[in-house]
Amino acid sequence: MGAFDRNLAAALYAARPAPEWIRALRETARLAWSAAPWPTRKTEAWKYTALDALDATAWLRCAEAGELGFDAAALVPGLDADRLVFVDGCYRAELSCVEAQPGVRVVNFRAANSGDRATIDGALGQLAAGTDNPFVALNGCWLDDGVLLHVGAGVRARRPVHVVHVGAAPDGPSAHAQRLLAVLGRGAELDLIEQFVDLPGAGESLVAGLSELRVGEGARLGHYRLHGEQERAVHVGAVYVELARDARCESLLFALGGALKRIDFRLRHRGPGASCRLDGIYLARHRQHVDLHTTVEHEVAHATTEQVCRGIVDDAARAVFNGRIHIHPQAQKSSAELSNRNLLLSDEAEVDTKPELEIYADDVRCSHGATVSRIDEKSLYYLLTRGIGRREAEVLLGYGFVNELVSRVGDEALAAMLREVVRDWLGQPGLPAGGDAA
Amino acid sequence: MLSIANLQARIDDKPILRGIDLDVKPGEVHAIMGPNGSGKSTLGYVLSGREGYEVTAGSVRFDGQDLLAMATEERARAGLFLAFQYPVEIPGVSNMEFLKASVDAVRAHRGVEPLDAVRFLRLAREKCEAVGMKTDFLKRGVNEGFSGGEKKRNEILQMMLLEPRLAILDETDSGLDIDALQVVAAGVNGLRAADRSFVIVTHYQRLLDYIVPDFVHVLAHGRIVKSGGRELALELEDKGYAWIGKEAG
Repeated sequence: MGAFDRNLAAALYAARPAPEWIRALRETARLAWSAAPWPTRKTEAWKYTALDALDATAWLRCAEAGELGFDAAALVPGLDADRLVFVDGCYRAELSCVEAQPGVRVVNFRAANSGDRATIDGALGQLAAGTDNPFVALNGCWLDDGVLLHVGAGVRARRPVHVVHVGAAPDGPSAHAQRLLAVLGRGAELDLIEQFVDLPGAGESLVAGLSELRVGEGARLGHYRLHGEQERAVHVGAVYVELARDARCESLLFALGGALKRIDFRLRHRGPGASCRLDGIYLARHRQHVDLHTTVEHEVAHATTEQVCRGIVDDAARAVFNGRIHIHPQAQKSSAELSNRNLLLSDEAEVDTKPELEIYADDVRCSHGATVSRIDEKSLYYLLTRGIGRREAEVLLGYGFVNELVSRVGDEALAAMLREVVRDWLGQPGLPAGGDAA
Repeated sequence: MLSIANLQARIDDKPILRGIDLDVKPGEVHAIMGPNGSGKSTLGYVLSGREGYEVTAGSVRFDGQDLLAMATEERARAGLFLAFQYPVEIPGVSNMEFLKASVDAVRAHRGVEPLDAVRFLRLAREKCEAVGMKTDFLKRGVNEGFSGGEKKRNEILQMMLLEPRLAILDETDSGLDIDALQVVAAGVNGLRAADRSFVIVTHYQRLLDYIVPDFVHVLAHGRIVKSGGRELALELEDKGYAWIGKEAG
């Protein structure tokens, strides 16, 4: 036990051997980290999420690659994908599998060739630049490797890219960064799945995540970020997306709760005709905490945002949803819809939801809404009259509540896996009365 | 099969049923008619065990068991089926998942093995066609975006799959066109058997042209004020409900 030591954290990866350009980025990040104001309860963006979980244990241990027999393909049965696997933050070539395709680059940073380096130099860190989120700097301090995805103009990636982050170290805690840069050229197409899992018996972990997704003119990106770590895991991550003219992003953020899970998702509409669908699902139980902060910037006219986030919160868990849509003065003819619905399964569960529309243009079509409710009594009664037991009926109704969003996932293998996770989650026992979760 | 004696029930502090007596024997079809607000739907809710409906007096025996002591799902598993006047929409749960969960639960109670997915799909498709619904409806969310008629057909589909001992149809005919009405009637008539009974709750006698009842009861102010044969329904159609109130005082 002890307070989270920011200086120790910054120095953690300083001596770790890495290519010169990565070491340079670490140094820049270290300066940003020491200058960044530390969030407190008075920091608006962190009002409902305390960083106490960082104090709960001495996090400060570099991740090390260990022996591991693990079949990443089994994570999403039936998904035919290029796959990059990281174990405790370390890239594992022997678990990964990428088929070469002209115009498509799928590599880890340490394997970058000169062309890849040019892409990285031109874009890495740019989408996240200027943020006041200190964990973006922490991610830089711990930068050790990462994923570069580049899809050239007019190219459609034949297979989705599946980036798997596995927590395995049994004697945690392990601290590391997750980093990804995707650059889609004009008219390019890519589906990206970022999946976080822990092996049974994995110890505690602290991961600072950062993905930057740049979608070129008329390009289309499908983005699925799936957080299924064990409940002692701490993840503080950010996703930055930029859409050029007529670009499209379809995104699903799926998170199971943990000791602390905080995801900041920021999307900028940079060109007219850009459109996005941002779906979110979070499931929290026991004493878990999950926090989803999203910001969509309508910086130009004629862009469209459709955002639906749903959460189920049980036991004494807490979920935070903050969804902000900002329509800039020049962003006429913007269309934005934001909906957040929450299902509470226990009296002690808590949701803090704050949908925000900030509109400075006058010719726009916008709506937002949030609800927090219990299981619908009429629906439950209907199922009971069909002989379905109360517990199973509740599971079915919770499942339906989030399955509406899962059904929008185009890839059947991925949708089937998510349904399985949801059913599994709903079928688990909650907190014993008066007891603490392990 | 079903024996209701002096059944009284209220919602909050408002008495709705004020002493119902009704005996339904195996194989019989009973029609319960009455004006709006007479307690017709409440009777179905109380028999199926809806929360918020408090029984203040009386008893209900179902196949020799104390029905009122049973949980809602136990009543269903014992063979009681209620076709809803307003079936509930459950988006995100496919009709197929719902039907399978329901049939599995009832079969488990009867000590029968659950049907495997393939056999169940075949059975569900067959019944789906029998009620004139495209099999696409099995993939859609439960009643999600269904028209009024489609919802009622879906209720009959469930009844056919569950093969209840006693089916209560709560105004299943309201809002239906003739085609759908005939489908509902065919569903009921196809299931009529010596050991199965029906209670048809309706505002109009139209459905009774297709499902011929053995008995007709008139419900008013929470009591059965008149009982008779099929001809009573025709009389009601002729004269309306106003004369009943006067006759019953």
